Amino acid sequence: MGVLALQGAAARHADALTALGAEAVLVRTPEDIASIDALVVPGGESTTISHLLDTSGVRAPLAERLEGGMPAFGTCAGMILLATDVLDGRDDQRSFGAIDIGVRRNAFGRQRDSFEADLEVAGLEGGPLHAVFIRAPVVDRVGGDVEVLAEVEAGPVLCRSGAIMVCSFHPELVNDRRLHATFLEGV
Amino acid sequence: MADEQALQHDPGHHDGQATGTATVKRGLAEMLKGGVIMDVVDAAQAKVAEDCGAVAVMALERVPSDIRRDGGVARMSDPAMIEGIKAVVTIPVMAKARIGHFVEAQVLEALGVDFIDESEVLTPADETHHIDKQAFVTPFVCGATNLGEALRRISEGAALIRSKGEAGTGNIVEAVRHLRSIRGDLARITTADGAEQFEWAKRLQAPLGLVQEVARTGELPVPLFCAGGIATPADAALAMQLGAQSVFVGSGIFKSSDPERYGRAIVEATTHHRDPTIVAKVSRGLGAAMGGLEIKGLETTFADRGW
Repeated sequence: MGVLALQGAAARHADALTALGAEAVLVRTPEDIASIDALVVPGGESTTISHLLDTSGVRAPLAERLEGGMPAFGTCAGMILLATDVLDGRDDQRSFGAIDIGVRRNAFGRQRDSFEADLEVAGLEGGPLHAVFIRAPVVDRVGGDVEVLAEVEAGPVLCRSGAIMVCSFHPELVNDRRLHATFLEGV
Repeated sequence: MADEQALQHDPGHHDGQATGTATVKRGLAEMLKGGVIMDVVDAAQAKVAEDCGAVAVMALERVPSDIRRDGGVARMSDPAMIEGIKAVVTIPVMAKARIGHFVEAQVLEALGVDFIDESEVLTPADETHHIDKQAFVTPFVCGATNLGEALRRISEGAALIRSKGEAGTGNIVEAVRHLRSIRGDLARITTADGAEQFEWAKRLQAPLGLVQEVARTGELPVPLFCAGGIATPADAALAMQLGAQSVFVGSGIFKSSDPERYGRAIVEATTHHRDPTIVAKVSRGLGAAMGGLEIKGLETTFADRGW
């Protein structure tokens, strides 16, 4: 189980996966990409991670693996990177198009608008999920094969399509491991 | 108090959504890990910083080396300049308030700045008190030279600690001293038994609850970044290998001979700090780094500000 570790909250994701009994590998090079069966794309700054995907040479091999159907779980910046369209991003910002959604960056505003809240998640047992939204994106357009699992007033915040799952918030910042477990079950 | 402010700032959100909590503040600090925060003095520099892969920019009127050269009182930047920078980048924007100057902090929060740096690089406004940072929705970063100082700032509400180093010198020696001091005490404190933790709290002049927490975890409850003196890609990688989780670069980028190349190189060296081949690759033929200063010859040491 790989965790993209170019920048952002990679270590927290690795801790969550390890706690669930998975072997977590921090991914920073093209060689690392070859060694993994699934990937978590963490939160961080999507423009920075996008920049480092190019400088590290990870972008092309990762795009190839995603096209080949490798499961991936993107949180916050990771959701932006896995989406088809990015709104309010930089002009040169490129995403993988692994899940057919449009995503609006910083949809809730600046940091003072960042928040935490309980979310109802479709099909998740054990009650509401506590979710932390940090300068979070929101899903603006949902493609035909995409299932929306949770939403807030502003729009969908948790989606799944085939082997790809994405969310606007940060399951790695809370001790509730249910979303990581859901992703691992699907792998 | 934080909740009251949250409601004032957040009329649009419905019940059950909380802004300005410790989790939300520390959450942004978590997202900045493994990155480079660059000092910028205008919109053009902010664009360059974002192009180089910075995770955030620090908007200020003069970089520390110029503050050091010019002397006089250094204050919060002009709101127009901060707004100009906010308008051109999509990454978080930070700005500095003077130590203890809670009105400058209120102004920065009103401007929608994403992180406030209560900074020793500016001239302190209060010789005894730091800002009550828990009274704000916006997260704060504060400098520290040792574990006690870090824990005092966290108890006041800081969501992120940066080792102070000595800003504007291009000399990494103080940053190394401060990082080693903080990480060294974090390692040592884990061996303290219950009785010894009381003694640690007394010696560090820090709240017992926080001392007990770090004795259990061996980590600060907030991320630890490095600032003050980083001038080269190897400096950034050194700070990261010594246990910093990100780096602030002040004068080191825009006082170098080629800011764009220096910026990109320091970003790559920070991500790949454990890979000397990559640090070597990005360091090759970079041109002149910023001029450096010996600590002994300084008239003012910024790191001594703060209490």
